[in-house]
Amino acid sequence: MLDLHGYGPRLLEGAGVTITLALLALALAIVLGLITASAKMSRSWLAHRIATFYTTVIRGVPDLVLMMLLFFGGQIGVNVITDFLYYEFDIDIFININAFVAGVVTIGLIFGAYMGETFRGAFMAVDQGQVEAGKAYGMSDALVFRRIRFPLMMRHALPGLSNNWMVLLKTTALVSVIGLSDMVRVAAEASKATREPFVFMMTVAVIYLLIASVSEWIFARLQKRYNIGYGEAD
Amino acid sequence: MEALINRLEALLAENSIFTLQTLSYYGEGLSTTVQLVFISLLIGLVAAVPLAIGRGSKRRFIKWPIFAYTYVFRGTPLLIQLYLIYYGVVFVDGIQETWLWVLLKEPFVPALVAFTLNTAAYTTEIFHGAIKATPKGEIEAARAYGMSPALTLRRIVLPSAFRRALPAYGNEVIFMLHASAIASVVTIMDLTGAARFVYARFYAPFDAFLFVAAIYLCLTFAILYLFRYLEKKLLAHLQPMT
Amino acid sequence: MTRLMPSNTMKKVLSLSILSLAVAATSAQARDYDEIRIGVDVPYEPMEYRTPDGELTGFDIDLGNALCAEIGIQCEWVVQGWDGIIPGLMARKYDAIMSSMTINDERREQVLFSEPYFTPPSAWFAPATSELEETTEASLEDLTIGVQRGTLQDNYVTDMYGDVADVNRYATADDMVLDMEAERLDILFLDYPVGKATLLDSNNRNYKVIGDMITEPKAYFGDGFGIAFRQRDEALAEKFNDALESLEEDGTYDEIHQRYFGEE
Repeated sequence: MLDLHGYGPRLLEGAGVTITLALLALALAIVLGLITASAKMSRSWLAHRIATFYTTVIRGVPDLVLMMLLFFGGQIGVNVITDFLYYEFDIDIFININAFVAGVVTIGLIFGAYMGETFRGAFMAVDQGQVEAGKAYGMSDALVFRRIRFPLMMRHALPGLSNNWMVLLKTTALVSVIGLSDMVRVAAEASKATREPFVFMMTVAVIYLLIASVSEWIFARLQKRYNIGYGEAD
Repeated sequence: MEALINRLEALLAENSIFTLQTLSYYGEGLSTTVQLVFISLLIGLVAAVPLAIGRGSKRRFIKWPIFAYTYVFRGTPLLIQLYLIYYGVVFVDGIQETWLWVLLKEPFVPALVAFTLNTAAYTTEIFHGAIKATPKGEIEAARAYGMSPALTLRRIVLPSAFRRALPAYGNEVIFMLHASAIASVVTIMDLTGAARFVYARFYAPFDAFLFVAAIYLCLTFAILYLFRYLEKKLLAHLQPMT
Repeated sequence: MTRLMPSNTMKKVLSLSILSLAVAATSAQARDYDEIRIGVDVPYEPMEYRTPDGELTGFDIDLGNALCAEIGIQCEWVVQGWDGIIPGLMARKYDAIMSSMTINDERREQVLFSEPYFTPPSAWFAPATSELEETTEASLEDLTIGVQRGTLQDNYVTDMYGDVADVNRYATADDMVLDMEAERLDILFLDYPVGKATLLDSNNRNYKVIGDMITEPKAYFGDGFGIAFRQRDEALAEKFNDALESLEEDGTYDEIHQRYFGEE
């Protein structure tokens, strides 16, 4: 039988860290992705430029390097501000860029850039006629977005979204390198202590595959929901 | 050359971090990264062609093992695959006494194996998708000419699939370049390894990591333009006439 | 119902992400130090490591707790990877570092040190079967040397032998020991007590020390281990220095020393 040498509970905890981190990063990425997509579609020259710069730079640098830059460098950057407050105004706050925050922010930033592309493509695929129809009904812009644009866009965005999520999930493994006790780090520690890397690495691999399979199932259900009214015609 | 080095040295005398010595770390790191990525991509590419053909086979005992392989390697983080191979081989009984150990002892080879297996899995799926998308008409035309299935595959299906796969493969190359940063975790002094060394020595995260980020950015652009050029040349017949 | 789904999920997602940012910023630190937090990098047996059930222990931990008791303040240990340990102090993630940190000039520019509380030498460790008798540029040529990244041992080996030998740098000491056992490394260089605990004492394979204990040149090996504080926290450092003195006088220090290093 599978013998985890008493590391079972810590592995489970690590899996919890991995999933929480991935979900928070996904949330951040979706928000950033929507902002980026709107910026890229906006008529403002500046917004367009900034969004392009963001997606180009983020997609050109390895995740691990960005993560270390933020984890090690971000702290020093923040310190400059808090030290200034401390010495000038005697305000002693401290902002802690720990491995978890660095992980969420970095992964969110990276996948925000990819989500931006996904959402842009999806928004552009929305049938303008339906938007016009909504306006003709007297819906406000916000209502048109909520009732028409967003649901229609999601139908086109879901495959890309699902793809991004799968990659994001695997990217969370990198936080183990900057010291966060996600399941990869726990497994690495356990492998070293027990000298049984196969057992622990395989276990974690299976958990990743499980999470991926469950996500696939959820995305398939979502796709079905957003495809309502399309299935027959296709 | 001598004069160039002297001038460079004078320039570098201004700062304490980017000395000629640390720059040489970055230089060696660059060469290690390029070697790792290039070799693993090359082997992965060669292996992916038969795997992709097998993946589309009607025989289950060929199709399913390949599917299982790509599913596992695409579904789990590369970092785990690297750990498994780097730390795992050590526990194969008596491996230290075989000739293989000469290769596996260095961190480079285990990393290369992990990267190759990983990229081969992704590339297999990319090619598989491209082969599946071959227009039926092309195959029927080949049959009508009396080509055998093998010849059809070689002359018609594969060449057109390669072209279709080009954009996706370009992404895979960039992905591998970025993924290779984890080589530093198993002590390889690749580009990221060099940056981590410089950071730890001088406590200078911005200098160390921004510099290396810029190098990666340049490499990414180089790959991007290479593939754009290839697409333009090889996919010219698919462009709309103007 | 179905129509409302997306906006509801969006709201949840938004509030979650705002929450995560709020967690990132915590404010208000006590200034008069009723309780302080001490940063430490584990495992580094016997100086600081975890028991199998996750409890922190080791020479630094016991001494640190004794010092805090002597001063009469609450102490909490914060685990932090070595390569982020000084930035973490600056960031006020903790108020002191007690983690086998050698006092040297490079670090003095960044932090304020207590008086040295322990002065271990560094040493070279190799398998018992190794034919090495001394460590010179010639004898180390083409060998693979293991060090922990960013330590004074790393600096020393890189500068002295970086050109002739391969230097493998590790994040933690146990990664290094594992690769030593795997025979990936020919020799490694680290604090003597740590090498003694992890390689000489607790290992069924045989290892030995090559050559002499190394404490010179001072530019690398400094003046022993010190507790690091932020430059401005002079009062706190003073309290620790006084406490250290009293523990040395009343025999507590010797008792803790005995616990981890035995008779020597």
